[in-house]
Amino acid sequence: MENAAEEEAVGEGFDGARAAVLVAGLRRGFASGRTRSYDWRAAQLKGIVRMIDDKEAEIMAALHDDLAKPHMESYLHEISLAKAACTFALKEMKRWMKPEKVPTSITTFPSSAEIVSEPLGVVLVISAWNYPFLLSIDPVIGAIAAGNAVALKPSEVAPATSSLFATILPKYTDNSCVKVVEGSIPETTALLEQKWDKIFYTGNGKVGRIVMTAAAKHLTPVALELGGKCPVLVDSNVNVKVATKRIAVGKWGCNNGQACVAPDYILTTKSFAPTLVDAMKKTLEKFYGKDPLESPDLSRIVNAKHFRHLTSLLDDEKVSGTIVYGGQQDEKHLKIAPTLLLDVPHDSLIMKEEIFGPLLPIITFNEVEDCLDFINSKAKPLAAYLFTKDKRLEERFVKTVSAGGMLINDTALHLANPHLPFGGVGESGIGAYHGKFSFDSFSHKKAVLSRGFGGEAPARYPPYTPQKQKILRGLINGSIMALLLAILGWPRD
Amino acid sequence: MESVGVEGVANEVRTAYESGKTRSLAWRRSQLKALQRLLYEEEEGMFRALKQDLGKHQAEAYRDEVGILIKSVNYALENLKKWMTPCRVPVPLLTFPTRGELVPEPLGVILIFSSWNFPIGLSLEPLIGAIAAGNAIVLKPSELAPASSNFLAKSVSKYLDSMSVKVVRGGPDVGQKLLEQKWDKIFFTGSSRVARIVMAAAAKHLTPVAVELGGKSPAIFDSLSSARDRKVAVERIVGAKWVPCSGQVCIGVDYVLVEEQFAPILIDQLKATLEKFYPRFDCLSRIINGQHFQRLSNLIKDPSVAATIIHGGSLDSETLFIEPTILLDPPLDAEIMNEEIFGPLLPIITVIVHVQVLTLPSRFQLKKIEDSIEFIRARPKPLVIYAFTKDEKLRSRITAETSSGSLTFNDTMIQFACDELPFGGVGGSGFGQYHGKFSFDMFSHTKAVLRRSFLLEFTFRYPPWDAWKLPFMRSVYHFDYVTLLLRVLGLKRG
Repeated sequence: MENAAEEEAVGEGFDGARAAVLVAGLRRGFASGRTRSYDWRAAQLKGIVRMIDDKEAEIMAALHDDLAKPHMESYLHEISLAKAACTFALKEMKRWMKPEKVPTSITTFPSSAEIVSEPLGVVLVISAWNYPFLLSIDPVIGAIAAGNAVALKPSEVAPATSSLFATILPKYTDNSCVKVVEGSIPETTALLEQKWDKIFYTGNGKVGRIVMTAAAKHLTPVALELGGKCPVLVDSNVNVKVATKRIAVGKWGCNNGQACVAPDYILTTKSFAPTLVDAMKKTLEKFYGKDPLESPDLSRIVNAKHFRHLTSLLDDEKVSGTIVYGGQQDEKHLKIAPTLLLDVPHDSLIMKEEIFGPLLPIITFNEVEDCLDFINSKAKPLAAYLFTKDKRLEERFVKTVSAGGMLINDTALHLANPHLPFGGVGESGIGAYHGKFSFDSFSHKKAVLSRGFGGEAPARYPPYTPQKQKILRGLINGSIMALLLAILGWPRD
Repeated sequence: MESVGVEGVANEVRTAYESGKTRSLAWRRSQLKALQRLLYEEEEGMFRALKQDLGKHQAEAYRDEVGILIKSVNYALENLKKWMTPCRVPVPLLTFPTRGELVPEPLGVILIFSSWNFPIGLSLEPLIGAIAAGNAIVLKPSELAPASSNFLAKSVSKYLDSMSVKVVRGGPDVGQKLLEQKWDKIFFTGSSRVARIVMAAAAKHLTPVAVELGGKSPAIFDSLSSARDRKVAVERIVGAKWVPCSGQVCIGVDYVLVEEQFAPILIDQLKATLEKFYPRFDCLSRIINGQHFQRLSNLIKDPSVAATIIHGGSLDSETLFIEPTILLDPPLDAEIMNEEIFGPLLPIITVIVHVQVLTLPSRFQLKKIEDSIEFIRARPKPLVIYAFTKDEKLRSRITAETSSGSLTFNDTMIQFACDELPFGGVGGSGFGQYHGKFSFDMFSHTKAVLRRSFLLEFTFRYPPWDAWKLPFMRSVYHFDYVTLLLRVLGLKRG
């Protein structure tokens, strides 16, 4: 149907011209109107569900290739969540698509008003490497549910998953309106030069700035799902065994710490630290055995570059000297064992940037208060965690710590709840998605107001007599008397 | 203002925010109440400033700016507590006991740029939202409306918390210096050209922005059988062209689309209405300055455009006055049909040739009013589309097939006064919406909070992930409680 030449063009030497052809094709697809119908959207989502079911083994294999991701993690964190997002959208989409009636006031009486959701048009989704399946398909699901045409650029740092998408997604979805573009910096740059109706980016702050700067040229709205240093504040009055298990599964059970919501560092009091460290060591041994490098339940580090970055964080003697558990590395297999560090210097590199790996610093202060101050002295993270039984501390934490999302007494779970918006604030990002928030993220909420020709108010128009001005004041302030006078056509012409 | 001055202001406001005082309900209430007092007590001052900057009649000033602000601040005060209250969200029974909620919190320090055409209204409307959401604010009004800027600077410092809410006056250089600082959100009303500069600067700090732009907002004029309806409709069109700020209004009617056969009726009614509203022209705002006057004069200077003027057309560069002007079918490739007019010139379009979707038509035959849809779709998305029609089918088609910030049937301007409707653009007309609760949301971060307890652990969550754990997780993820229970009780395997 669409140009074979166009199809050919996509994927070899993808430059600005080819990107323009791609976008033009998507615009034609969108302009045809087909993406707007419920049936089309439902068909695409059902196609994606079938794709996930049919290709589960291939997806798990690709994730294992890219990240040595344990099958359990692939299932739990990528496949299930992706499928759940589809089925949730399929279930709720009719409701989301319905216009929302809103009340009107005396000022506009008689009138009726509603808010109509419409697709933005042609959107670009740029995904990340750590959850390469989920973070690609999840925003695409939202874009499709909202009725858009969409181009997906999976991360080249997870090449097996990227090429899997390029192969299977076109087989299960409408190729004229859903496209995959593989590539790295040149291809992404070419895509960013085009005019999109929205750009959805998951990744780091440095590239986030590049994406937003490119979007500024066309005044394209963006959603940026970034990261940050997610703190875990651990109070002394907790069930320490459960707490360490939940922290551990959120840290090393999530791609070996390479997750935007993984606990980045722990804060606790000096007095509680020994108990906490002890419990954490026990938990880690229970999870990963005495030789964690051999455990099949840990992802590897994604590539050599990131491996070197992580190990360089330990180069500083003042940092490596604080290791109290772990520290084992296997460069050949890109494995780093869960590593605990106690009281690294606050100004060390490991405490400056998002770690995104299996190193977990534990910072101690005399008072819990000081821990809160420390969190607030840093950039707003994507998630912040607190373990405590103290309700007052819980309230203070919720009130004074700003983060994309927050969990009390657990980690990472919130991203599985489709009723919670998932996104950052400040340095950790712009915009949110999941569930209806995905639909809204890719929609324009059009205000539609309907009036009749009655209820005219000559008071609105010149010449402005004092009488008119009085009625006008009343009308704007919702006075029934003014409304009546206006309806009766006062003042008479 | 020196850059040290700008940086100093930004730092002061940041310090004020970090003290935490803007977060309390009491502070927000006190500021909104102070705004209420400002709007009542300083009415004369506002009228004077707007008269000086734009020659605005006080009725217009009240109707379009002061009155609207009073309504908005009252609405915010009434609803503030409700907006600030976290709202519960459902959580799967499986994760019992768990409580989920959405907690709104201020973003921090907001920078507001406002435009010159409604200099007080467009400054204080976003300010109301930013205050309601608990932020500290720096407002930079447009230097093209200096009397209003001065008014704002004086009255904001007199009535509001001057450490947390500041007004910075100046031109583009001051704007530039402000953009170098780090803000938690930037709200911009103005032109696309400047919006690009603002967004690019914001990108350096990953600062979210909202941009309220404009565009060519059309009015579709269907045939209306009742003469009274036609009279009302045309008054409303005039009410969206010359009545507000002499057409210098983002939600004004830029041009009208009508079937050729009905154009004469429309034109006659327009002329009659203009005569009724403007026996003299003293109720008409003037053009803001020489630069815009020149720009508008240039739009009708082109002989092929000037030839289509059927009413008005006189200009006075001394008084910056342009007579209400109507044009019938100016060439579609002329600037007047490609740039937002933002002035008292009204093109009526009837002659158009069949257009290919996605390319701009040069000649387009409006055979029937439905063709307006295609015409509008071929152009950038406007801030608002107006349509005067009683035809239900046409209404549905317009709603479904066009995209715009807002869509209003059978009236004009008034959607701006609805607190329950979001106000903002899409595509070329901008992004981000405000008014009413949308203002509160625009300047808030909605934080997701999930609270759990230490009871009820599911050990199959944790490594080592032996094979037996996976089926458990499958049941969990399918919210298949029965199977899960059976598994937990050991009554089901595999």
